[in-house]
Amino acid sequence: MIVFFNISLVGYLLASIIYFVQLVYRRQVISNIAVATVIAGFVSHTLVLGLRSQATGHGPYTTSFEVAVFFAWVLAGIFLFANWKYQIKDLGAFVLPVVFLVFLYATFLSREVVAFPDTEFQALLTLHRTLSILGYAALAMAFAVGCMYLIQERQVKSKKLGMMFFRMPSLETLDNLNSRVISIGFPLFTLGFITGTIWNMEMTQHSLFSWNMIKVWPLIAGWLIYGLVFFGRLFVGLRGKRAAQFSMAGFATVMLTYFLHV
Amino acid sequence: MAAPNLILVGVNHKTTPVEVREKLAFNQDKIEESTEILLQHSEIHENIIISTCNRVEIYARVDDVSAGIDCLKKFLSEYHRIELEELEQYFYSYKDNETVEHLFKVSSSLDSMVLGEAQVLGQVKDAYTLARSLRATGQILNQLFEKAFNVAKRVREETGIAESAVSISSAAVELARKIFDDLENHTVMLVGTGEMAELAAKHLISYGAKTIYITSRTYERAAALAQTLNGSALDFQHFREDLHKADIVISSTAAPKFIIERDMVDAAIRQRRNRPMFFIDIAVPRDIAPEVNELENVYLYDIDDLQGVVNANVKEREREAELAIEIIQSEVDKFNNWIVSLDAVPTIVEIRKQAESSALTEAEKTLGKMPHLSEEDRQTIHNMSQSIVNKILHKPTVKLKKKTQAHDGHTYLKAIRELFHLDD
Repeated sequence: MIVFFNISLVGYLLASIIYFVQLVYRRQVISNIAVATVIAGFVSHTLVLGLRSQATGHGPYTTSFEVAVFFAWVLAGIFLFANWKYQIKDLGAFVLPVVFLVFLYATFLSREVVAFPDTEFQALLTLHRTLSILGYAALAMAFAVGCMYLIQERQVKSKKLGMMFFRMPSLETLDNLNSRVISIGFPLFTLGFITGTIWNMEMTQHSLFSWNMIKVWPLIAGWLIYGLVFFGRLFVGLRGKRAAQFSMAGFATVMLTYFLHV
Repeated sequence: MAAPNLILVGVNHKTTPVEVREKLAFNQDKIEESTEILLQHSEIHENIIISTCNRVEIYARVDDVSAGIDCLKKFLSEYHRIELEELEQYFYSYKDNETVEHLFKVSSSLDSMVLGEAQVLGQVKDAYTLARSLRATGQILNQLFEKAFNVAKRVREETGIAESAVSISSAAVELARKIFDDLENHTVMLVGTGEMAELAAKHLISYGAKTIYITSRTYERAAALAQTLNGSALDFQHFREDLHKADIVISSTAAPKFIIERDMVDAAIRQRRNRPMFFIDIAVPRDIAPEVNELENVYLYDIDDLQGVVNANVKEREREAELAIEIIQSEVDKFNNWIVSLDAVPTIVEIRKQAESSALTEAEKTLGKMPHLSEEDRQTIHNMSQSIVNKILHKPTVKLKKKTQAHDGHTYLKAIRELFHLDD
């Protein structure tokens, strides 16, 4: 497994670099190489997950290591899908570094195999973790797309059209993509949140209000921010720059929550 | 066979004022006539004449470079009845590599007045097709020009030289396409019916914009333009009420003061639930208050802003041109290798002929001393002598072919010809 793990790590690092090169020297060959590198990293990544699950006998969501690797895998998968579907080549320069960093972070985590908590609510826990990871990956995507939106918006607004202006997609495309990933990510996040809460309550037999508040507050704040974007888009025409800023802020909050939990 | 000598004599917009260029220009009939005249010269084996409003150039394959260049200059002077001394200052002439490089630059639009413009490639293609139909081209110029078209395609695909907009109206369209995904479902409103506004609108329509509103102080003019653009005219007094329907507003009235103010746009954008609006103000004095750009999801560009975009794009094209030059240089090298490899083939054939005839002579000599051998044995001896030739020559042949593809190909070829006495 370690071999494949390292292949993926190097693959994602290379892909991040190639995508940045591609921002400057836009050539078809370069973006082909970049996609090929991501695919290679992703295939090897899939093997890592497969082998790990075979070794542990359960899905990859028990230890921090497993969660990080699984999260990175979903994100890379969403990227490959979006790249194929929307043909936004520069997306890679924003998403791949995130994938790489999560992967790099995983190298510092313990690879010890931990048995899946043997409780009567196993199914609920599995559901909670799967939903949350899928949701976070979609929200990470919204973060990257939001970042692109802000760069492009700044260029158009300030009338200083830099090199990136020509390469990057239109504001509308980016806004639509942001809307789409949020409308997938937010419900998943919410469901993950709900299932997690129920599991927590069942496990500890505690009431709703006995959580560790410091840990939970940022999560609630994150949920509120995404809720604002999600419902704001639906009902009050929140879009564009605001939506991009909120999706970035939301992700930062969620990340904070994660590190508070570790 | 000596390396083919490619030459070029010409004038272009950089070297020559238009008064002279127009005197040197050829129309199609004159090109046909001139091509025939040039082919009569014993000096010239192939030729192609390119004549556009920015350049007149004659490409030719000749035996002797300087004689060929003089011949072309003299022809241009005599044909157009202008003293050669007078023309000499305008002419540029190139030989071999320089000719190849120059043509590649011309076809890729690096030598054009507007870098990256698309027209010149078509003109070079037309010139080539005409010359070819007149049987004025052979293997070398055919290959050269076909290659030039490939190079132009490569440059266009691999660099951004033709990508960014370098006119006001195309810059407006480019911006619109960076704000809105596709223009098909978007609405354009023209406030005022200026020529430039009409041009920009037509440009937007060609990119798919379908719904067009036109308003003007004189309703008739709005109605007339609405007819040509297949849009609908609005009453000038009330157009502000429909402002929220427009995604792109192009304003070009002669009004002395702002006719679109910040609060109007603010109201419109609210009504649109923040869907973005793009204002293009090409009027001088301006029609739209500059504060409009401060509103969120609203983008306002006036004529100076657009000119700024155009200037930046021209710079961008210049940057991309450097990348194009690299591509061209590598293609020039490839073309040279092809030319040199043309040289290798006859040399190899000559060496083989020489060796085979030696082998044959020597085998006959030996067999003469051995009359007792059967026909079968004689054949075996012959076969052996030929195999030795093949064996010995195989490696040098392969190497020579390979070396002539490289930079120092000529040196090898020269050495081989000298060592085997091929030119004696």
